[in-house]
Amino acid sequence: MTDRVELPSLGAPFGSSPSFSDLLRRERPEAKPVFGGDAPFPIPHGTTVLGLKFAGGIVMAGDRRATAGNTIADAKMRKVFAADDYSAIAIAGAAGQASELVKLFQLELEHYEKITGDRLSLEGKANRLAQMIRGNFPLAMQGLVVVPLFGGYDDRRGEGRIFYYDATGGRWEEDDFQTTGSGGSSAKNSLKKRWRAGLDLEEAIRIAVEALIDAAEDDAATGGPDTTRGIWPVLVTVTTEGAREVPEEQVEAAVRSVLEERGA
Amino acid sequence: MSFMPYVAPEQLMKDRSDYAHKGIARGRSVIGLEYADGLLFLAENPSATLHKISEVYDQIAFAGVGKYSEFEELRIAGIRLADLRGYQYGREDVKARDLANAYSQALSAIFTQQMKPYEIEILVGEVDGEVDGISVYHVLFDGSVTDEHGYVAMGGHADELTDALRDRYQAGWDLRTSVRTAVELLAATPEPRSLAADQIEAAVLERTRPQRRKFRRLDADQIVDLLADG
Repeated sequence: MTDRVELPSLGAPFGSSPSFSDLLRRERPEAKPVFGGDAPFPIPHGTTVLGLKFAGGIVMAGDRRATAGNTIADAKMRKVFAADDYSAIAIAGAAGQASELVKLFQLELEHYEKITGDRLSLEGKANRLAQMIRGNFPLAMQGLVVVPLFGGYDDRRGEGRIFYYDATGGRWEEDDFQTTGSGGSSAKNSLKKRWRAGLDLEEAIRIAVEALIDAAEDDAATGGPDTTRGIWPVLVTVTTEGAREVPEEQVEAAVRSVLEERGA
Repeated sequence: MSFMPYVAPEQLMKDRSDYAHKGIARGRSVIGLEYADGLLFLAENPSATLHKISEVYDQIAFAGVGKYSEFEELRIAGIRLADLRGYQYGREDVKARDLANAYSQALSAIFTQQMKPYEIEILVGEVDGEVDGISVYHVLFDGSVTDEHGYVAMGGHADELTDALRDRYQAGWDLRTSVRTAVELLAATPEPRSLAADQIEAAVLERTRPQRRKFRRLDADQIVDLLADG
């Protein structure tokens, strides 16, 4: 790189892409990771995340643990993020890859919005994420799998929607709830019993927290809420009002009420 | 073999400069004003979708006058520069000054090397939440940059507007006063006419906004509201 600040792609070709990841590949190819062969050491993995619909939109939730082999690599990792003002993304899988994917995806949406002056449709965002995961496939084959959940409020349809992905970039829409990560199946079983159509926000938060507690009971890689050190799950809601993180006090209250009911 | 007739460099630059000036003078104007909560950009723009004012980065906004295709190209290049910078380093490392320098380099190269200069002027504004500093850079078609304070006008009637602003402007205006004054001045220059809210494009960089992105476009309803008595 020279010292001079150069404007990228002045006089870009007709119809050039408003995509940030395309721009990055073109202008700064060295910033994209290239790996060869399996990683010879344990890499931190994030574990259980879930998403569910409720009357006003969607809730996404995730535990806080990242593990590398048998070690707890991080007890306070965040796996649920607002992707932009009207959507949220939750990640499970190789932690480094996953947080890079979130960062790129957030930029992708912001960049598109600024270049075109329009926000992408929810459908468009979900498709773009699928393409980005597909781009990660060679790394997934080496064990750096990233499988996110994506959801948001679709203002054209007037409802919340949830999508889940596999490592090849396959994209499926879910009608009610979905989980992913190592504790995903326990969390899903829990949601199966508790979820019903038309939940209100408070109930939705409660059953999301309860599903994470269930997952943590069965899966060593999922971190349960830590009442001593004050580590609570992260929850993000998306409604017509936009994407909001649920305040910690509200999450704590939901956790305590679940634990109390269980006699802990 | 054919030879280009000799033209003195002074003459060449003067011709190009005259050409660009004429192009810019045909267009409408943009006003930039520092107000109590940040920075206001306001333009006369009959189109609701072809913007003159735009967001570039968290604390940085862009405004252009003159030929739409030319400043639009620079606007997009600026967003690309800013987003790449912020991705490779940190979000707080993206600065209006770097952007203004890049625009200045690009416009200067175009002015001297291409057949025709760009017929545009650009404002790059930034609010810095931490030190309460506002910077506004005004980049001209030949790449010259000036650092503006308080108020700035560019476009078709920039000189009259700047004179009027010099008389009227007071630091610390609220948003309502700033919008009303800017609209009033645009409507009075060059000759008085009426300007409806849907002919106004306005956006602010609002330092008090809790979000990371400080840019906020004022929609037609908000402008009507700000212009109404009250």
